[in-house]
Amino acid sequence: MPAAKSPKTKRSQIKSSQGNSADTAARELLRRAYRTMLEARLLEEKLAALYRSGKIVGGVFLGRGQEALSVALGVHLRRGDIYAPLIRDQAGRLAFGDTILDTLRTYLGSSLGSMRGRDGNIHRGRPSEGYHAMISHLGAMVSTVCGGLVAKRFRGEKSAVGATCIGEGGTSTGSFHEGMNMAAVENLPLVVVVANNQYSYSTPNDRQFACSDLLSKATGYGVVGHRATGNDLLDCLGVIGEAVAAARRGEGPQLVVADLLRLVGHGEHDDASYIPEAMKKSPLGRDCLELARQSLIEREWLSKEEAVSWHEAVEKEVEETSSKVLREPPPDPAEEDWNAFASPSLGRNL
Amino acid sequence: MSSITYLEAIRLAQQRALKEDPRVFIYGQDVGVFGGAFKATKNLSKEFPGRVLDAPISEDAMVGLAIGAAVEGMRPIVEMQFADFSTCGFNQIVNQAATLHYRTGIPCPIVVRLPSGGTPGSGPFHSQSMEAIYAHYPGLVVMTPATVEDAYTMLLEAVALEDPVIFCEHKFLYYHLKAESLPATVGEALPFGKARIARPGRDATIVAYSAMVHEALAAAEELIQDGYDIEVVDLRTVRPIDTDTILASVARTGRLLVVGEAWPWGGVAAEVISRVATEGFGLLDAPPQRLNAKETPVPYHPALWGTHRPTASSVANSLRQLLEL
Ligand SMILES: Cc1ncc(C[n+]2csc(CCOP(=O)(O)OP(=O)(O)O)c2C)c(N)n1
Repeated sequence: MPAAKSPKTKRSQIKSSQGNSADTAARELLRRAYRTMLEARLLEEKLAALYRSGKIVGGVFLGRGQEALSVALGVHLRRGDIYAPLIRDQAGRLAFGDTILDTLRTYLGSSLGSMRGRDGNIHRGRPSEGYHAMISHLGAMVSTVCGGLVAKRFRGEKSAVGATCIGEGGTSTGSFHEGMNMAAVENLPLVVVVANNQYSYSTPNDRQFACSDLLSKATGYGVVGHRATGNDLLDCLGVIGEAVAAARRGEGPQLVVADLLRLVGHGEHDDASYIPEAMKKSPLGRDCLELARQSLIEREWLSKEEAVSWHEAVEKEVEETSSKVLREPPPDPAEEDWNAFASPSLGRNL
Repeated sequence: MSSITYLEAIRLAQQRALKEDPRVFIYGQDVGVFGGAFKATKNLSKEFPGRVLDAPISEDAMVGLAIGAAVEGMRPIVEMQFADFSTCGFNQIVNQAATLHYRTGIPCPIVVRLPSGGTPGSGPFHSQSMEAIYAHYPGLVVMTPATVEDAYTMLLEAVALEDPVIFCEHKFLYYHLKAESLPATVGEALPFGKARIARPGRDATIVAYSAMVHEALAAAEELIQDGYDIEVVDLRTVRPIDTDTILASVARTGRLLVVGEAWPWGGVAAEVISRVATEGFGLLDAPPQRLNAKETPVPYHPALWGTHRPTASSVANSLRQLLEL
C-alpha cells in the first residue's frame, strides 16, 4: 500500500487540468477493474484445473484474454441496472456482484448454488437482482434485456440501463438482429458489447459475416456505435463508460465492438489449434491482464508488491472457496419436486 | 349486452386485464391504433395509452421482451398475428419462458395469444394448431377455450397465472360463436385446469377441445337418431390435462373417441389415449379411437380443407364405428 501513495501525488501533478477527485475516481475504477480481472483469471484457472481433474460435470468455457472488455461493462453498471452476460464474462459478472463462491458452486454442481444443480457453468444468474441467467441460444438475451428496460420504463424508472454481451458469431443470429432492431425502435437504454475475438468456435470471421466492419451494423440499426481496443483496459473503460453514460442519458441503444482474441480454446476441451500463430503473436493476442497490470504500475496506481499481494490473496480465496464447495452436497433427486411450474396448483396432474 | 362473439370476449378480457392490473400490457404486430389483424385489441390503445404497443415483425424478440418484462414484474400479453408465426418465437417460448422458473426460481407470467386453427381459404401457413407442440414442454400452460365464456374467463386466468401461458384461441370461433353475456367472476363455474362435461351421455365419450368441441356436439346430436347418447368432454386446457374428468367419463361410457384439429402424430389425442390406456384400461369396452386432421399441411381450398379436418359428419362416422367395436 505505501508505495501506491506517492504516485497519486505525482499523477495529479501531471494531469493538472483534472481535479484531484476525478483522478482518484479514475484510479479507483482502474484498480477495481484490474482486481476483478485478476479474480476472474485466477478463478477460471482453477475451473480449468478442476475440469482437468474431472471434478466438473459438463463443459468449462473461459474468458481468458477477454477480461478487460468484460469487466469494463460490469464496473459501469450499478444496482437497478440489468445485465445479461454471456460465455466469456466471468470478469463482468464478478464486477456486477456475482461471487467466486456462487461461480464455483454452479460449476461444481453444489445444491447451495443459485442454480441448485438445475443448470450449470455460465448459465447462471439472479434475475430478481437484474442479473439474467443466459440461455445457451445465442442472441436470445438481447430482447430479454429490452423487456426488462420496457418494464422499468412503465414504472417510470429513468436512469437504469440494460446491458448484454455477445461474440461476433452471435451477431449472425436472427435473435440478435431482432433484438437490436427492437431496442432501436423503442429507443431503449441498452448497451450491447460485441467481443469480436475473430473465431466463433473454429469458424473464422470470413465465414461468419461479409461486412468489412461489424460496427457498420450500428448504422443499419440506427443506434450509436463505439469501437474499443478489446485488450486495453483503459480504452475499454473509457469507451464502454461513455456508451453506458449515453444510454443512461436517454440517448438510446449503444453498440460497442471490440477486437481481441480469446487466449484459450472455445471450451477447455478445445486447443484452439485453428487460430494461426501469427495472429496469436499480433497485437490482438496480447494479454489484457498483463497490459492492465503494466499500465497500472506505470501510472504508479498499483505497486509491484501490491500486485503480488493481490494475486496471492485472490489465489487463496479461490483455493479456500473451492475446497469448501467441493465438500458441499450435490442436489438430491429425492428432494427435488420435479415441477417446472411456478403456480402451486400445477405440481400434479399435468 | 346483445350478443358477444368469442373474439369480442377476448377483446373484453384484455380490456378488463388492462383496467384492473397496471402490470398488464399488450405487445404484437398491428395491435395498437389499428387494433390487431383480427381486431382483438380494437380501441384498447386509445383507452390505455402507451400500454398497447405495435411490435416489429420479430416474434423471437417479442417473446423475449415479454419474458424480460415479466422478470421485472410486468404481465405482458403477446399477440401473435397467427399461431403459425409463433414458430419464429419458438426458441424464446420453449427455451427461455418455459425454463425460467425451473432454473432460477423466478416465475415467467407471460401470455402468448395464438390465433389458431383453420378457416376456409387460409392454407398451410395461417391455419395451424400448435397446442401439442407447446404442451410438450414442461413449464408451459396451454389453454384451448371452446366457448365465448371460456375465452373470456380463461384469458383473465392466464394473465393472473404465475406461469407462461400459450393461449390458443380459435379463429373459426371468432365470429361464429356468440353468447348473451359474460361471467362477472373468473374461475367460479370451473376452476382453472378442470375439464367440462359439455354434454352428458352414457354410450361413448368424445374428448375434444377448442373448435372440435362444436363438431363433437353436432355429431352427438346426429347420433341421437341412431339411439345413442354421447358424452362430450371439453378439455379447456390441454396442459394441465384433466385426466380425472376424462377417466370418470370413460368409466360411465366404456368407449372413447378423441377428436383434435391438429395432426395425430404425438398429439393431444395421443396423450389422452395413452393416459386412458395406462390408467383406465379396465374401464374400456372397446379400443380407444382418435380422429385428427389428415397428415398433410392444411390445404388452402375450402373443398379440401373441409375434408382435411374432422367435421361433425366425420366425427359421427367415427362414433358409429366405435360403437360397433
Ligand atoms: C443459436 C446457437 N447456435 C449454436 C450454438 C453453439 N455455440 C455455442 S458458442 C458458439 C460459438 C460462439 O461464437 P461467438 O458468438 O463468436 O462467441 P465466442 O465463443 O467467440 O465468445 C456456438 C456456435 C449456440 N450456443 N447458440
